[in-house]
Formats: sequence, structure tokens, C-alpha cells
Amino acid sequence: MERRTLFPGRLLPALLILPQLALTVVFFLWPALQAIKSSLEREDAFGTSTEFVGLENFADLFSDPLYVAAIGRTALFCVCVTALAMGVALLLAVLADTEIRGRAFYRTMLIWPYAVAPAMAAVLWVLMVHPQIGLVGAWLNRIGVAWDYKLDGTQAMALVIVAAAWKQVSYNFIFFLAGLQAIPKTIVEAARIDGSRGFHRFRTIVLPLLMPTVYFLLVVDLVYAAFDTFATVYAVNGGGPGQSTQTLVLKVYLDGVVNANIGSSSAQSVVLMAGVIVLCAVQFRYLGRKAVT
Amino acid sequence: MAGLRLEGLRKSFGANEILKGVDLALADGEMLVIVGASGCGKSTLLRLVAGLESPTAGRILIDDQDVTGRDPSARDIAMVFQNYALYPHMSVFDNMAYGLKIRGLPKSEIRAKVDAASSLLGLDALLDRKPRQLSGGQRQRVAMGRAIVRDPKLFLFDEPLSNLDAKLRVQMRGEIRRLQRRLRVTSLYVTHDQVEAMTLGDRLLVMHQGVPVQLATPTEVFERPADTYVAGFIGSPAMNLLPGILGRNGTVVAVEGTEIPLGNRRFARPDGHPVTLGIRPEHVALDPAGTSWPVEVVELLGSEMLVHAGRADGASLTLRLPNGAALSDTVRVSFPAGQLHLFDRATGLRLEAVA
Repeated sequence: MERRTLFPGRLLPALLILPQLALTVVFFLWPALQAIKSSLEREDAFGTSTEFVGLENFADLFSDPLYVAAIGRTALFCVCVTALAMGVALLLAVLADTEIRGRAFYRTMLIWPYAVAPAMAAVLWVLMVHPQIGLVGAWLNRIGVAWDYKLDGTQAMALVIVAAAWKQVSYNFIFFLAGLQAIPKTIVEAARIDGSRGFHRFRTIVLPLLMPTVYFLLVVDLVYAAFDTFATVYAVNGGGPGQSTQTLVLKVYLDGVVNANIGSSSAQSVVLMAGVIVLCAVQFRYLGRKAVT
Repeated sequence: MAGLRLEGLRKSFGANEILKGVDLALADGEMLVIVGASGCGKSTLLRLVAGLESPTAGRILIDDQDVTGRDPSARDIAMVFQNYALYPHMSVFDNMAYGLKIRGLPKSEIRAKVDAASSLLGLDALLDRKPRQLSGGQRQRVAMGRAIVRDPKLFLFDEPLSNLDAKLRVQMRGEIRRLQRRLRVTSLYVTHDQVEAMTLGDRLLVMHQGVPVQLATPTEVFERPADTYVAGFIGSPAMNLLPGILGRNGTVVAVEGTEIPLGNRRFARPDGHPVTLGIRPEHVALDPAGTSWPVEVVELLGSEMLVHAGRADGASLTLRLPNGAALSDTVRVSFPAGQLHLFDRATGLRLEAVA
């Protein structure tokens, strides 16, 4: 049974939640409403006049081939980052879950990347793969691979995917490791005695018991990749070369802040907001239940 | 043919020696119960046989085949765990079928085997349920079912009844015994519960601090405990152990200056040899002419009662008497010569009469 503490009256409870409500209003509801308002307006180039245009900004957006391309690009980016971050983290967690010497040390090491600021992470990767001064980048060119992420859009995309995924591996790793350790040892031992080995045991026993963690991380990683990778992507190439790494979040920034097209940028923000709300709803409705049973 | 043989089995975790050399042979179809206090190494021994731990030294032979280095999956054994260790995401049917599927049996044969096992255990109506929808006793049965469908060479039981309530434990104890008798599978059963040990085992192995101290039938262990540890461990309440001195050419023991005759038995130790005299609570006799013990506590157990008596010098004595026996502040007791056990006080080992 859930335990509840009941506060008397209405004033005290209201007072207690006021700080949190204030933060939400000032930093979320207010700008969100502002964005919705702006998304329905058009400003002239000098910002002197504003006219109400209804849903015209949205209509323009979805008929803009550049925006539609950005949606596809972002989807690809999200799927790749999520798959890579989860796959690598799961592999590392399975390895780290075994009984070997010095595991406390490498568990700590594996958690470190999470503490690295996103822009720093991007710079680290740039320094590694820079075609002239980067260790890996220069080596690739020396062995004859035409590697230059500043010219080649596909290579740039691969780089931002890897950099963004690398940041998220630590987070996933922590959850996977905790999930693995929550599986009773005797269940795995029972499977061993039943004759199950290696990957078969992982697939039939460990993975099914890890599914709640997998679902949870799937949503978290998708949200991360879609909305929380701005710093990493921007620091690598600023969305370039061309628009090859321009994800939706980057486009909001470039269109609104850099190119001062407030109406379109606000409309994009509203679209993104709708996306976040859908993902969060999925997580709460579906996974919230799943985790309990 | 030996069902299971252990040769010089040792196990250390770091500098900590848990198992200090166990040699053991189980006949085909025999049920051996390993009993001991927690930390005596009994569970480690079982895990070594299962292959979940690897021994520091020694060999394990199942059906005369050396399996010491083999993975648990290659030993053809089945194990019932204390917490059942059912696969929570699988139905009862799939739990039982899991090991058979791995062995690549055809579907119809799996179905038949699981059906046979589940009707044997009364699980027919539960095959589609998940473990979390089952009671403790039902989970226990599924764990048993998972073990028997495999038709293994060896059953291992790791305190399988510890998580059940008292009534269910008695019932399942009987079922396990019946099943094992019926299937005649060589079994190793680990428990700390001496009642389980006495009722289930063809033979008992009493372990103490990593060393097997007695291997014998339950009757033998109860009637002729090999040392003071076994004497104190098997039997409830525990055997009374009193320090004494052997005298009169090995025919009496002096306890607190009172000479207790040993009947027509004689022990080949010099007079004055320090011994420990053992007598079970149910064998202590009320005797108006006997020695006097102040009563400390009386516990009623229904049809009988336990009387705990103690002396100022710290010596204590427990009596098991029929309920309603007349008691005052002190009891006068004597020790029937035929019921006395004698142990060497220095080594703790049982002393046998020479004639």
C-alpha cells in the first residue's frame, strides 16, 4: 500500500509546491506558449511588424524539402545512436558483470564518459579523427582512406552518431549493469544446470529478464538522440558539411537564432515539443505499467 | 556401480579453506543428506558437485565418469534451489520443458514428459501459469518437476524446503521422499534441519567446519554419534553433555563427585581420564534416590514437557518428561547405564566399551 502524508488546509501544500511550479512556469510553460504564439505569426525581416498567419508556418515547413529531409536525417540519426549506444553498453555490461579481477576499476572507467560535457566529447572526437592532426583521422588518410568528415557528409554523419552514442553508452551501461545484477544468480545457475550455454542462455534467460531495462533505455535514448545531442553535433561540424548533419534541433537553432526566422523556428519547436510529449506519454503509459509487473 | 563418488574434494576461497577434504561414495539410487550448521561447507560441497564452483583439489565422478572439469550443462544433473530459481518469464510448462528443448527432443516427447511429471506432482491445472501466480508450495513442485522431467543421473537439493511454512514443509518432505524412492535417482540433499535429515536420508553426512564428521544411517548417527559435535547437533533438544572422570577400572564416571555406573561396560582408558558423559533428555530418569538439580525453566510441548535444570557451577541438564509429571523446585535424577554415551574430553571422539 502507498503511504501518503496529508497536509492540512490548502495554503501549506500550495506553498510547498510553489517553487517547483514557478520553475516550470517560467522556464517551460511561458516559453512554450511564446513559441506557440510565434509559430502562428510572421515577422518582417527587420522585426518591425508582426502579422498573424495561422498555420501557414507549419504548412510551409512540411512542404519544405529541406525540412522533410531533416526529419529523415534525424530519424536515421536517432535509430543509429540508440542502437549503437545500447548495443555497446549491453556488451560492456555483460562483460563487466562477470567475476573478474579489477572489475570495480573498469566499471568506474566505463561510467566516466557520462561526466564529460557534450561539447568536450565532440572536441575529443574531433581531435581523434581530424584528417590532418587527429591520430585516427591522419592514420586513415595514410593508409589510403579518403577520410575528411568536413567534406564528406556521410562520414560527418557517422562521426556525430559515434560521438553522440559514446556519450550515452555510460548511462546505458549503468542501467544494464544494474539490470543484470538484479537477475537472481540462481536463475542463471539453474539454466546452466538445465544445459543452457553461452549465447543461448543469454537469449532465452538473461535478455527476457532484462527487457524492462531495454524498453526504458530505448525511450530515454531516443529522446536523448532527438533532443539532447545539440551540443555534440554542433561542436563537431555545426550541422555541416552542407546540411548533412543538420538534425531537427540544430535546424531550430540555425533558423531561429542564426537566420532570425522566428516564425518558422517556433513552428519547428512546436513540432519537436509534440514529439517529446508523444515519447513521454509512451514511456509513462506503457513502460510505467511494464516496470511494475 | 557408484552413483556418485567424491575423492579428496577441497575448496578454498582465497586463504579461507571451506572444504577440507571430502571422500564420499553414493550407491546408485541412494539418497544422502548432508547436514550441518551454516558455514560448515555443505552448500559449497553441493555447488562443487553441480559444477557451479570448481574444486581446489580432488575429483568428482558421476556414474564412474570423471566430471570434475566439466561445465554444469555437461554433467547430466538436476538441482532444486532454496529459492526455487524458476524462470519468471516462462510458464510452468516452459519451465519444465526448457532443459528438454535444449537437448533437442521432439515436441511430442517433451509434451509427454512434462505431462507425466506434472500429473505426478499435481501440476496439471497450472501448466499455463507464470511462477509469480503460484504459491510457495506450487513453485516448489514446479522446481521438482523441472528436475525430474530431465531424468538426470543425479539430483541435487539445496535446502529446498527452507522457504516453506512449517506445515507445507512436512508435506513436501514426505513427497520428496516418495518421489525419490519411486524414481530411484541418486540424490544429494543439503539441509540444516535435522528432522529433514533424519527422515529423508538413506544415510547422513554430518559436516562440521568443512570436515565430514560422521557418515552413517540416521539411526546410527542418532544412537551412536561419532563425537560430541554430532551428539549435540543431532537430536532436539540436544544431548546433555557433562564433564566427568573415568574411574574404577573404566566402569564408572564421576560427575561432580557422584559416581555414575556404566553398567557392565568397561572402557579401556586409565582411571582419572577426562571424559564427557552424554545422555539424551528423554533418557534422564526421575529417581528419588538420584542427584539433585534445581529446576530453572519448564517448557510445555503438549504431550510432553522439557525441564531445564541448572546448578550454580554452570552445569545444566535438560529432561524430557511426560506432561503432568510431578515437579518441585528441584528434580532428583539418575542416569540409566544403558543410555549413556562416553566421549574423550580432549578429542571429543566417541569412546567404545571393550566388553
